Amino acid sequence: MAKVKLGTFAFARSGDKGDGSNVGVFVTNAKDYELIKAQLTVARVKQHFHAICKGEVTRYEAPNMLALNFLLRDSLGGGGSESLKTDAQGKTHGLGLLEIEVDR
Amino acid sequence: MRDKVLIGYGQGFWGDSILGPVRLVREGPLDYLALDYLAEVTMSIMQKLKGRNPKAGYATDFVAMLDRTLPDIMGKGIKVIANAGGVNPQGCLQAVLELARKKGIKGLKVGIIEGDDILTRVPELLKGGHALKNMDDDRALTDVQSRLLSANVYIGAFAVAECLAQGAQIVIGGRLTDPALVAGPMIHEFGWKADEWDKLAAGTMAGHIAECGAQCTGGNYTGWREVKDFVRIGYPIIEASPDGTFVVTKHDGTGGLVTRNTVVSQLLYEMGDPKRYLGPDCTADFTSAVVEEVGKDRVRLSGIKGGPATPTYKVSLSYQNGFKTSGQLTIAGPDAVAKAKLCADIVWGRLALDGCTFEEHQKMVEIVGAGVCHAGILETKDPAEVVLRMGVKCDDEDKVDRFGMEIVPLVTSGPPGVTGYAGGRPKATDIVGYWPALLDKTQVKTTVRVEVS
Repeated sequence: MAKVKLGTFAFARSGDKGDGSNVGVFVTNAKDYELIKAQLTVARVKQHFHAICKGEVTRYEAPNMLALNFLLRDSLGGGGSESLKTDAQGKTHGLGLLEIEVDR
Repeated sequence: MRDKVLIGYGQGFWGDSILGPVRLVREGPLDYLALDYLAEVTMSIMQKLKGRNPKAGYATDFVAMLDRTLPDIMGKGIKVIANAGGVNPQGCLQAVLELARKKGIKGLKVGIIEGDDILTRVPELLKGGHALKNMDDDRALTDVQSRLLSANVYIGAFAVAECLAQGAQIVIGGRLTDPALVAGPMIHEFGWKADEWDKLAAGTMAGHIAECGAQCTGGNYTGWREVKDFVRIGYPIIEASPDGTFVVTKHDGTGGLVTRNTVVSQLLYEMGDPKRYLGPDCTADFTSAVVEEVGKDRVRLSGIKGGPATPTYKVSLSYQNGFKTSGQLTIAGPDAVAKAKLCADIVWGRLALDGCTFEEHQKMVEIVGAGVCHAGILETKDPAEVVLRMGVKCDDEDKVDRFGMEIVPLVTSGPPGVTGYAGGRPKATDIVGYWPALLDKTQVKTTVRVEVS
């Protein structure tokens, strides 16, 4: 077991949902899927995005795609046209999640 | 009935590359070309344009695109489906007919779908007990009714199929959902019925995969090192079958790639609950799909399950919600971050000297280069230079403009190494508030009309 960055074996995509973002993450085999299900908890992801996500985090599972989908509420500084942030649509949040370290 | 239909998606949003549709129609076989030109904010901009000029309010890029592609489209008999009508499908129809006339094309059938624009009907709907409450926070529409800019119902794929059934080669809609641009031709070609939920769900999923153009063929893919030839990236083609299975692919010889990973990436884009993807025609269960690679740049989806649609349409309303602006300067090192922080403090301090203050939530400061997009995750302590971005938002347009005047003076009256100011003083622009709501389907009637050049 070693500490590795999620991005060394997983893929992600993110976008906006109202004033929050969604971060989808997926892997390529069943063993890694069990790993991310166990380690990418709502609490861990909320902590990881502490400086970005001011609201609640929700997690959904899509086992057919070996994927998890996280909703990060209040993470865009208002969202849409209201936001003054560079990344007003959360386009980069997926890459942000891939920086998290997991035991693998 | 054809056993395979090829639907290309050439435009993921207003502003996407014109090379998408141009190359889709030129570089291989194609039956349909779908194009998305709308976003939430687009409709309010288009209403403003139409207010100034009754002939405006549609995506003029669409007409420019047809100007380049009509010869191929006519030659190959490709049908075109676009939500380019914006808030003026009739204006768009006239512009396309005018273009056809100019090019000497006779007999081109252009259809429009109307009925999504309910802006003028809002008072009548409210009177009739349709509250159009904000879906996110339950506020009553009366809070913002005097400031409404646009109101559009998300229309589904059956209106597209109806327009095709009436013989249109070019289908122009207003606020059609993005997936409807793909599911519409499937319904038309394969005769799917309104209660064939699994097939409609498959059409919806196909549309979701294709709706951002190259985002399923290697664009914005976190495995980007695998992507060959970004320059000539191929836009997606859905190879649809009557039973609801489909293959995601692209033209031979184009750049990019279509793999299980690029397709799953896009399936997760802007996703909420993957078991319940709501659309005007059905609900789709994205967790039911079997996603498999069946060849080079060919990914097949099958087994998709769907269910009945809800009794309501989603409505996208927008309203004037104050003013904002932002500006930027480049701050060269050494000590770029410290100097950028000082610059921001100077701006707020000088504005306060002049009696102009903002609340914390109305102010924005970003030190781009030191860790903005990945704040708290990936940060750098001492970059060689940074871009200082500052912005404000509030209801007072004059205050926003006053802020805009206090950035450029830093070049001569702040710390050394401040440069990179171009584009003049930032000026106040409207904040367009987004108001999602639901409306009973019985209140919406779409109509379809076809004219010939």
